[in-house]
Formats: sequence, structure tokens, C-alpha cells
Amino acid sequence: MADVTKMVGKAIKRREDPKLIQGRGTFLDDIKLPGMLHAAVVRSPYAHARIKRIDVSRALAYPGVVAVFTGEDMMDINPMPAAWQAGGVKSNAVTPRALAVGKVTHVGDGVALVVAEDRYTARDAVDLVEVEYEPLPAVVDARKATEPGAPLLHEVAPNNICMEWECGSKEKADAAIAGAEVVVKEEIINQRLIPTPMETRGCVARYDVATGEFTLWMTSQAPHVHRLLLTAFVFGIPETKLRCIAPNVGGGFGQKIFCYADYAFTMWAARKLGRPVKYVEDRSENYKASTHGRDHVTEVEIAGTRDGKVTGLRVKTWANLGGYFSTIAGGIPTTLYGRITTGVYKIPAAHVKVWGVYTNTAMVDAYRGAGRPEASYLIERMMDRFAAEIGMDPAEVRRRNFIQPQDFPYDNGLGMLPYDSGNYEPALNKALQMVDYENFRKEQAEARKQGRYLGLGISSYVEICGVAPSAWIGAVGQGWGAGLFESANVRVHLTGKVVVTTGSLPHGQGVETTFAQIVADELGVPYEDVTIEWGDTLAAPFGYGTYGSRSLAVGGTAVHKSVQKIKEKAKIIAAHMLEAAPEDMVFENGKAYVKGSPDKAKTLAEVALQASLAYSLPSGVEPFLDETTYYDPPNCTFPFGTHIAIVEVDTDTGKVDLKRYVAVDDVGNIINPLIVEGQLHGGIAQGVAQALYEHGYYDEDGELRSSNLLEYAVPTAAMLPRYELGHTVTPSPVNPMGVKGAGEAGTIASAQAVMNAVIDALSPFGIKHLQMPATPEKVWRAIQNSRQMGQAAD
Amino acid sequence: MYTAEFTYHRAKSLSEALQMLQQNPEAKLLAGGHSLIPAMKLRLATPPALIDISRVPELKGIRREGNTLVIGAATTYYEIETSDLIRQTIPALPEAIEQIGDPMVRNKGTIGGSLAHADPAADLPAVVLALDARLKIQGPSGAKVVDVDSFFQGMFTTAVGQDEILTEIHIPLSSASPSAHAPTQAVRMAYEKFPHPASRYAVAGVAVVIGVSGVRAAFTGAGEHAMRLSKLEQALSGKPLDPQTVEAACQNLVDPAQLMGDHNHSAEYRAHLIDVLAKRALLRLV
Repeated sequence: MADVTKMVGKAIKRREDPKLIQGRGTFLDDIKLPGMLHAAVVRSPYAHARIKRIDVSRALAYPGVVAVFTGEDMMDINPMPAAWQAGGVKSNAVTPRALAVGKVTHVGDGVALVVAEDRYTARDAVDLVEVEYEPLPAVVDARKATEPGAPLLHEVAPNNICMEWECGSKEKADAAIAGAEVVVKEEIINQRLIPTPMETRGCVARYDVATGEFTLWMTSQAPHVHRLLLTAFVFGIPETKLRCIAPNVGGGFGQKIFCYADYAFTMWAARKLGRPVKYVEDRSENYKASTHGRDHVTEVEIAGTRDGKVTGLRVKTWANLGGYFSTIAGGIPTTLYGRITTGVYKIPAAHVKVWGVYTNTAMVDAYRGAGRPEASYLIERMMDRFAAEIGMDPAEVRRRNFIQPQDFPYDNGLGMLPYDSGNYEPALNKALQMVDYENFRKEQAEARKQGRYLGLGISSYVEICGVAPSAWIGAVGQGWGAGLFESANVRVHLTGKVVVTTGSLPHGQGVETTFAQIVADELGVPYEDVTIEWGDTLAAPFGYGTYGSRSLAVGGTAVHKSVQKIKEKAKIIAAHMLEAAPEDMVFENGKAYVKGSPDKAKTLAEVALQASLAYSLPSGVEPFLDETTYYDPPNCTFPFGTHIAIVEVDTDTGKVDLKRYVAVDDVGNIINPLIVEGQLHGGIAQGVAQALYEHGYYDEDGELRSSNLLEYAVPTAAMLPRYELGHTVTPSPVNPMGVKGAGEAGTIASAQAVMNAVIDALSPFGIKHLQMPATPEKVWRAIQNSRQMGQAAD
Repeated sequence: MYTAEFTYHRAKSLSEALQMLQQNPEAKLLAGGHSLIPAMKLRLATPPALIDISRVPELKGIRREGNTLVIGAATTYYEIETSDLIRQTIPALPEAIEQIGDPMVRNKGTIGGSLAHADPAADLPAVVLALDARLKIQGPSGAKVVDVDSFFQGMFTTAVGQDEILTEIHIPLSSASPSAHAPTQAVRMAYEKFPHPASRYAVAGVAVVIGVSGVRAAFTGAGEHAMRLSKLEQALSGKPLDPQTVEAACQNLVDPAQLMGDHNHSAEYRAHLIDVLAKRALLRLV
């Protein structure tokens, strides 16, 4: 076998970076059209209020203001669609309109739109719109919102319950807990996070009066999906009347998947005014009006035996949805959370009940990891609680409950697809070895004698990547209402250059590099000869976009399959050129030749030229090398691994110092180790941030107190440790490249590693659990309480 | 993100700056701009005019006049951080300044800007209080020099009037005495800070100076403005400065009722931090 691996597996630098890091990318706000107007939004200062009156006259009279609109003006378009509608689930989805009508349900809810000649004028005039509100009582906590007497957000949703959902077996879980030797109960809060992409969201809408066609430039992770939702559901126009273009997108973390009001009101205003309209939110607006993540309140019980076997898990979760239902909000705390709450463990009885609840806060939807970090945090925190309760080493408890290699494909009994492949113990062992676990325990004991509090936290995780087989995710029970295949078109031009157009929408994942690596190897062409294009619904085949760590496992496989088709066609044309039989041909290292005669070969470039000139093709063969694939995966992929954090707690101030961070991840085969490392670094940073720093905090009146980057603590490099990364490789059987995906693993694995370490450090004080983030004051108070109760170890 | 409309004036000299202030009575002075511009972008401040004094030569530079160190108000953090004169005389001052913001802030931000802005969470107000500085303020009818103890008057409020400009910071070096920490004649100062994880401003910060006549200490970050830690100064007065004395003195230095709190850092916690930071600062010096 000749050498076929040239680029795949190489840690080459990302080809997209020179442009982006030199500030030469084209982002949404770089787009300027002739005659373009600028929109700014009047936003509610109240968390919950009736709109009594809106007076736009002063704003309208302000020089430079072109128009001011309210929600009443835009009643000719529909509210945003709810894409998640599971059968058999009580669902009272109330989605936002382009602008609020009648009442507002969170601080930052859009009330009126000012359109002006420039952005400063638009902002000035926002202050001149007079809105009379009748403030109503607010509720921000999901569990409290369901209690009797809580303020009601939407008449259609009694007790503010948008949906009720469950999975697993209640009978089995109840029985397991009732008969257990050990039961540990805990309340676990997975706090609200704000995704904070570096580029805030925005859009530019243009309407062509002559043809009735819209063009919408948008900060989007899924332009094809946005085109579909905005035309078919919001505007009621043919899908072909809208072209969506995502230019360079400066990060998303999920926040740019959803269908937002601003897409609708800019399109509406552009059509109304006959001029292009741009809207770009500022950071405060991004924080108050774009989606947030997480925000679960959970009551959980874990049951087991004294010798460390977990026998049951019972979970009740109140998932905060915010003031309205965001595009796929329902799917996050259900399919992507409930169905994977047993994690890497064989737990024979489990039941998860979820309430999706409206509160007077910004909408909550997918944020990096989306459901899986909440699930992983829950089970990993409880495994530590259980281990502490029975006095067993937390690593050992994990070992005793792991799903074993021979169990795959593994059905966890919660309605999840079977886990594709895994081997959990080697990853744990490798991580323990990297931290020198036994020595650490000695060091920890020694340090405690000196009044220093070190802690180690383990997180063994499994997650769901490569979402998802359409027949599963689109089925009634899952409620996503659509398939999740991905597309790729591959063309070899007559000069031998290869152009790949993908339905994926890279916005930091390095797809431009990894896809080119795959194509270069498969076609045997120079990496530099492969160009990856995306982002324009006019040019790319229909695709679902980038989220759920699906670009490589689904989008990349679509590319791989199109390349195979190209190779097949190349063999047929080359056979014709060599006057040979197609079935005798092989394609290898960029050449097609008769098996056994590699010296008489036709290169891909020669074949492509022949295919393009087309004056001598075999009969029935179309000109050009151009192949498209819509790849629907047979299963999701299930990456896994073990992360370990080591912390030291300053008991004087409560400050947690993250001293070491070891991560052993198994993401299947790796196309580009550098990109996988980068994804893990960023992902871990976001999980560490949840454990120690970030909190999207609303006070009881519904005021967002962490409304800007002076308050919301996104960590800097100086607040993070050096990461020590290791890998095991268990190829996925799901796709031909054996890849799993790495976009979210870091985030999914990390928060609980850090929190378990913090609790381990504090265990001499009798502290069993703290809610995230473990801020200095929270830690200090826990120590103070413990000291006052006489449980102090020092 | 989008400021209200304003006019911009750049002063070439101190007298021109004062004149511009007279002509634009609601104007704000612009030096480094790292506090003012964000406030304007959030429309928390909407001055109709900005007078840029960052290039006024009289406001720049660091020099020694006898036993006094004189720092021009528009001297940047970076210039102070890298000044040999300051490293020799107050080695802890560059250390304190290194804890302000990030390199971009320190390249633009100025000592006078920080003091005149009087953000309750800024670092330098505590430092100059501990250093017993005097502040030179120029007005239309002449200059005055005020004691640092009467300079900070409230949240974002100082002794600098609307028509006046803070021009110089005078730091006495008479208190300087040799120590193991700084064997030459250098001021024995330490600044301990507990930064906010997002803003890097002080949740609490404590500066202490051990001089020939005793300890001067001040805190920032927790009150309406930076204030002296008089309870600590009294507790240590006339006592030998050893770890036991320091430990005993740094208890309940500030009444939480006098402090501000928020959802991340309550007043009670900030009061506790002041005890911890005061102790740590002193233990670095004794």
C-alpha cells in the first residue's frame, strides 16, 4: 500500500488565521451598502410590564431619523418559529415577535425600532421615544416561577410551564432509590451563562423592489436554516425570495444558531423603506437580548451500594427558558440533556423529569455543549458525592461503574441512540497517571498539615457529537422537526484546482483547514489546490450549519463521500483515456491507472481537463467532475475522556487557584491535532469559567446585574492554567473517517473537574457541595460557616 | 457603544487648557480616556465637549525636588512603571501600577486621570493616601496645593473644581528609611489588591507605608472613595512592627456598614478582605 497519509493527522496551522488575526476578515459590520440605513432598538428597562403607550413623535422629528416603528406596525409578519415541537409533550411555545406587542417579558425586550441615516443618530433618537409602561411583578427563578402565585408571563402557559418532558423509567428509579443501601440527595444549580462571542450579532437586509427578493447578510451559524424559517414561517414568502449570506463570523458558541427578531425587523424595514437597513447589537444588547445558556435548577438523588455500585438516579430539572421560547430551546434540556444524564456509567434505573419554564429573563437556548455540560456536571458531581458518602476513592467509584468496551453499542435506557464506541477506563488511568494521582494524595495530606488546602477533581464524561440521524432527531419523540444531514459539493476545475462548497458554517472551528486536509489526501492533490467555500445560500447546497460538534463528523463525511464519487468518475474517464476497462482501474495518490500498471497513469488534473473539455468522454458520462452529497449519519458519535483539575484554596480570601489541568480526550481519529488542541483549550476555558467566574445574574426584580464585561467575568489567559492534554483514540464506527468531533468536549468535561477539586479541597471543613461559580466570597462563607459550626479542620 | 455628540479640543499648554475649560464649562478633561470613554459609550457620561490635555507639556514628567518626588498629572502609568527615579525612591509604586488594568490601559492611562476621576475602586487613590501626597491644582486665578486627606470628597468627587486642573502629584520622600526590602533610601510601601475578575478594578485594595513617624495605610474598592485606615494606624502606633502585632492589629479594621457591596462581593466580605490585605501588605514590609 502506497503512502496515502500526507495531510491528515498533521498539526498544520489554520489557513484561515492570517487573514483573521490581521483584521482583514470581512465581518458583518464591515458590510456597507449604498444608501444603507441604520437601526437601533428601544428596549424595555422593565423585566415585566404592560406597554400602555408609545409616543414616537419626538424621535421622528429628530434630524436624520427616517422612520420609527413599533410592534403594532409589524403585525403583517408572524412571530419567530419554534423549531422544537416534540409529540406527546405539553408545549405552550410563545415565541418573540419582531417587536414586543402589548407587553414585555424581560429587560432588553425590543419595543420600538428607530431607523436613521447613521448609527449615532439612531442611538440618539432611541432616547426620544417615549414609552409608558405599567410594571408587573417579575420572577427570574425557574422553580419559583412554577409555584402558585408566581407572576404569570403568558396566559397560554399556566404556572409559566412551557413544557413537561421525561425519559427513563420512573418505576424502576423509584424502586431503586426506595430499596437502596445508600441514597445521596442534592440540589444542583447550573447557573446561567452568557455565550459572549467576540463579535456580537447583527444583520444587513436589502430588498430589491424590482424582483421582490431579499438579501440578508447575517452573523449566522446556519444561513440555510435561517432562510427557511424567515421565509416559510415569518414572512410567508417563497424560500427563493431570500438569499442569506454569512460572512466571516466572529464566534458563536450556539448563540448565532437561532432565529432572532432583528432578522425579521431589518427585513421588514428594508422592504418598507426601500433602502438597505443594518442592525448591529452592542455588547449590552447582546447580553440583554440575545440568548443565554444553561440555567437549570435540579433536585437529584443517586442510589447505590456500600461497595460502590450505582443502582439508580432520579432527576427533576426546572430548565429556565427565559421570557419567550427560543428557536430550539426545548430540545436542549431534553434530547441533549435528559437522555445522557447517566454519563459514562451503567446505571440500571434512571428517570429524568424536566419542566421548561418561562421567567422574566433573556431567552435560553443552546450554548457550547448545550444540555450535555449540564448532564455531565450533574452526574459527575453526584458520583463524587456518592464516593464521599461511602468513603471510597472517587476514581475507584468511577471504575466500578463504567460502561465496558464489550458493551458497545450501548443503550443507556434513556432514549438516546446507542453510544457508538468507547473505552473509558484507559482514559481515566492515563489522566491519573499524568497528574501522578497517588503522589498528589500524599502531597495533599502533607499540605493540609501546613494549613494549605489542595484539591483534585475528576470528570469522566461522554458527549454527543455529529448530530444527528434525521430519522431519529426528526422523529416525533425528539421533536426537532427536521433532519440534520449535511451537504458537500466537490468540483475539480479544468486546471485541476478543487473547490469544495459545504453546508457547514465555520466560525472558528478550522473547517477550512481540516476539510482541505481530507480532500488533499483523498484526491492526492496539493493541499494548497483545495479551496473551501461556504456561507451563501445562493452558492452552497442546502445544509444545516455548524453546531453540536457536527462539522467534521457530518459535514466532513459529506465531503469525503463526494470525493469518493469524484474518484469513481475519474476512474471511468481515465479508463476511456487509457482505453482500459473501468473495473480494472484504481485511483491512488492523485492518479488513475490500470491495476498493476501505475507507470501509465492519468493524473487528476489530466482527467479534470478531459472532463471539462468534454470532446472525448465515454458514452453516457456527463462533462465535468462535480459531485454533491447529502450525508445523513446513521448515528451520532460519542466522544469521551477524563479531565482532572488540581486547585488550591486560599482560606483567608476564599480564592480558588487552578494549579493544574489535565485532559485526556478521545475524539476518535484526529485530522489536525493542532485544531483539536485549540478547540479543547477554548472549551476548557469556558468550563473553567463556569466553575469559577461567569454568572449571568438577574436580581429578583429581573434586572441583569452582569450586563457588561466589567461585571461578567470572562477569564483572560492570566486566569487560566497551562493545559496538559493527552489522548486515547477509539475510532468511531459511524463514519468512514472514524472521527467523532471535538468542538464541545472541553466545555462539557471541565466545570465539574474544577468543582470536584474545589469540594475536595474543602472536604476537611465538612463542605459537601457548593453551587457554581465558586466565587471567593462563596467559598470563604462556606469555610466561615463550617468554622462556626465547629467542623473546622484547622 | 455610541457616544452622544461632543466637540473635541486639544490643548497645547496648561493656560490654553484652562481657557478652554472657561469657555466650555460643562467640558470634561480627557487624558488617557480609559474611564471616561467607556462611560461615554454607555451614555453614563454625556459631556458636550472634551478637552484633551494628554499632550500638555507642563503636565508631563517625573522629577525630584529636594525631598519631594513630583509627578506630572498626565504622566502615564507606563512612564511611572518604567521610571528609574521611581524605582529607586518608591520601588513599590511600579509594583502597584503593574496591577492596574492591562498593558493597553497602562500605556494610555495617567496618574492624574485616575486621581481626578476618583473611581471608588481605582488603585492609585489608596496608594497616594498612604504616601501622604499633596496635589497641586491649577485654577484660573492661580495654583493651590491640597493635602491628599482632603482631596477625595465623595464618589467621583475631588477637591478639583470644574474650572481647575490637577497638575502635579507631590510625594514626600522624607519618610524614606532603609530596609531589607529596599536597602537604599526608599519609601517602604506595599500595595495588596484583590481584583474583580472581570474589570480588574479593586474589590478591595490596601496600601501601607512605613515611615519614620509610623504607619500610614489606606484602602480602596469598598467605600465611596479611598480612605485612610486610621484604626490600623492607631493600633500600630508606637508598637514594634512584628508579625504578631500586625496579626493582632488587622482585625475588623473597617465597619461593613460603611462599605458598598454587590451580588459578588458583599460589604461584609470586603471588610474582611481589607483585614487580610492589610495584614499581607504589612507582612511584606516587616
